[in-house]
Amino acid sequence: MSDPADLIVVGAGPAGMAAAVTALTGGLRVVLIDSGTAVGGQFWRHPPEHARSVIPTEDLHHGQREYHDLCETLSVHARKGQLDLRLNHHVWSAVREEDGFAVHTVDRREAPQEIAVVLRAPRLLVATGAYDRQLPFPGWDLPGVLTIGGLQALLKGGGVAAGSRVALGGTGPFLLPVATSLAARGVEVVAVCEAAHPRAWLRHPGPLLRNPGKWAEGAGYALTLVRHRIPLRPRTAIIRAEGGARVTSVRIASLASDGSPRPGRERRIEVDAVGVGWGFVPQLDLLITLGCALTNSADGNAVVAVDKGQRTTVPGLYAAGETCGVGGAVLAVGEGRLAAESVLADSGAAPVLGTKRLAAVRSAVAAQRAFARALALAHPIPPAWSSWLTDETTVCRCEEVTAGVIRTVRAEGACDHRQVKQLTRAGMGWCQGRMCGPAVHCLAAPKQAYHPTERLVATPVTLGALADLDR
Amino acid sequence: MTSKVVVVGAGVVGAACAFHAASAGLDVTVVDRGAVGAGTTSRGEGNVLLSDKEPGPELDLARLSRALWEEAGEELGSDSIELEAKGGLVVASTAEGLTALRGFALRQATAGVRTEPVEHVRDIEPHLAPGLPGGIHYPQDAQVQPVLAAAAMLHAAVARGARFHTGEIAAAVMGRGDRLTGVRTVAGDVLPADAVVNAAGTWGGEVGRRLGASIEVLPRRGFVLVTEPLPRMVRHKVYSADYVANVASSDAGLETSCVVEGTRGGTILIGASRERVGFDTTMNPAVVARLAAQACRLFPFLRGIHLIRTYRGFRPYCPDHLPVIGPDPRAPGVIHACGHEGAGIGLAPATGALVTAHLLGRSWRGADPAAHTGLLPDRFFTSGGTSK
Repeated sequence: MSDPADLIVVGAGPAGMAAAVTALTGGLRVVLIDSGTAVGGQFWRHPPEHARSVIPTEDLHHGQREYHDLCETLSVHARKGQLDLRLNHHVWSAVREEDGFAVHTVDRREAPQEIAVVLRAPRLLVATGAYDRQLPFPGWDLPGVLTIGGLQALLKGGGVAAGSRVALGGTGPFLLPVATSLAARGVEVVAVCEAAHPRAWLRHPGPLLRNPGKWAEGAGYALTLVRHRIPLRPRTAIIRAEGGARVTSVRIASLASDGSPRPGRERRIEVDAVGVGWGFVPQLDLLITLGCALTNSADGNAVVAVDKGQRTTVPGLYAAGETCGVGGAVLAVGEGRLAAESVLADSGAAPVLGTKRLAAVRSAVAAQRAFARALALAHPIPPAWSSWLTDETTVCRCEEVTAGVIRTVRAEGACDHRQVKQLTRAGMGWCQGRMCGPAVHCLAAPKQAYHPTERLVATPVTLGALADLDR
Repeated sequence: MTSKVVVVGAGVVGAACAFHAASAGLDVTVVDRGAVGAGTTSRGEGNVLLSDKEPGPELDLARLSRALWEEAGEELGSDSIELEAKGGLVVASTAEGLTALRGFALRQATAGVRTEPVEHVRDIEPHLAPGLPGGIHYPQDAQVQPVLAAAAMLHAAVARGARFHTGEIAAAVMGRGDRLTGVRTVAGDVLPADAVVNAAGTWGGEVGRRLGASIEVLPRRGFVLVTEPLPRMVRHKVYSADYVANVASSDAGLETSCVVEGTRGGTILIGASRERVGFDTTMNPAVVARLAAQACRLFPFLRGIHLIRTYRGFRPYCPDHLPVIGPDPRAPGVIHACGHEGAGIGLAPATGALVTAHLLGRSWRGADPAAHTGLLPDRFFTSGGTSK
């Protein structure tokens, strides 16, 4: 693509793909950037192109027709030169400039070589998704203990099952597709421990009734669980993983209403792998650095504040998908379309969706957001989760900081996760608090929403690649 | 003599003031709207440097401060504040640069700084680039973890009876005869005081104004780069001779001259840029790239090492680049302790001791007010008491 781009989209998951396709259809020139080797993001993660014929994964996916349609449209526009698709490009910073935005990436197609590439456009859309929210527990750092997102990524990306006897735990509906995917590959799922109470849904029945599609999806999972005889254990949590060189068993406990284990209601289950997930954390690094206003979401996260057209508070900057609140792929696709319609309108281009269809997308997005909110309220982090931790439990894995050390500095007056970091190094390592940040926050300031630390470098980048920029 | 003191600011300078004043038996209350060391204290590298200072009032304070850091380390535990006398190595990149550096070092040596010429810099810092003509080793240069140090000094002050009050200063409270009797916070609390210490760092100008003792303190932005953790590759604080010129410079534009050093955590810190852009917090990739390029020229192995974080902060500076420490002649009871620019960590203990000496009206821990008159606020004012 030789002419300057009208729009840069960061993230080629469902939101970014849908946004790019709508913008391209409207005649804009688009740069679509992703760190992966293929488009699809986490939700539509697939094996590398050359391996797809030997690793079938179609049965693990939802919305495959949408995915193939989006892929096809992207390919058409890439061939025409209207789309500049930058895979294997990692965005480490994005900044405002006089005429728009500069997106700083490193091209890792020839890894380990890294080449700094700066892309510019008057408008920027950030659709960087989310990652698993983790809560530490004794033994969570044993080999064989994964996030449920990690288990699913191994299955979808390489057809690999992480174990043959797997226990899953945490909260939220994502436990169900992971359980059914594992079962579909012959894995014995010995328990699905859902911390929430099933009756929590009855407090917010409206959004459930207004989203019959979700109702059907849930029923599908339930049937699969029954067919594979997978025990779903409500109000239960994995409170400890045990083993030597790798995990060999978990202890699960029945939970009281505050989430603390009920005395005498523990049991031990033998496993060779464990998957845990407590919802998701939106990936906001680029948006926070760009100065977007944030807002609190029902799941305890900070998310980027957007208007009805997915515009952030920074002119020319848009966001779609999980960065605006975790809500799943269907919502992300809808938000991506709305964001691109705003880009078209703000650029003076004609809309792609007609008035009627636009209204339909808007109303579907609103219904799905209400559903996501109800979901978050029905699947909270158990307030007393930290009672599972012993003082020896590692909370920050990169810097090996234990719960005991964090409790000590909190007792001495540290009042937020930034100060805990300054005093203990929790969150100063490789992951920069992406894994332990929410947990440290819960330990330091449990009554406030989690606002992640500003990370000016969104992904590690070699000093050599940076130095080459200085020419 | 003063008995009740309010210290405004719980950064490293405020903590040092509280530590020394409480040790001297004064009744101390520290006020900050935020957490300990949450401002500029947490945004630097933890430099305790003599090597970058020209002979003059700042070097005099720095030499005292270097000794007081040693004492603080013995009292608080060097390990717990990560105080490490690692030494500095200033490297010249050209023969002319080396000649100038040697001249500078000679003047420093005359002022009491230990300097050791190094012909083969790779003998003491093996991963430096080949072909560098030489440098100067400064064995007194040291490093400390600033937030841990501030927290430890504040804890020690509290153990000696000091109090911590969360709040923001609104104004001085005056009694009969225009005598200071306390300070009022924005929330309306009144903290009784005979003296108030302005140790508000970058906000020192604003706090001074609220106390009726305006001084000019401006921000100078700096970025610091942090690498992935590594085995020990860099042993000293290593920097290029250009750094000294930049520290003393008044240029408004971007200046970078990198300082490279290892930390106890294994990361390598690369500082620091200097820009006068007000309180603009915007990320600037060009500055980060420039620092990376300079660091890679000094240590070529860094090209393959990952940057995992960068942070920026605002150095508080006075127009003449010297800290302002001492009583304000226009507002009896107000003592300034700010404007340390990039040297606040290094100068904190001596600042605390000097402020305590002013409060006591006599020398304290080697700090004699008569020996540091060049830092007094008087230098900014005409006899009428207004800013020049």
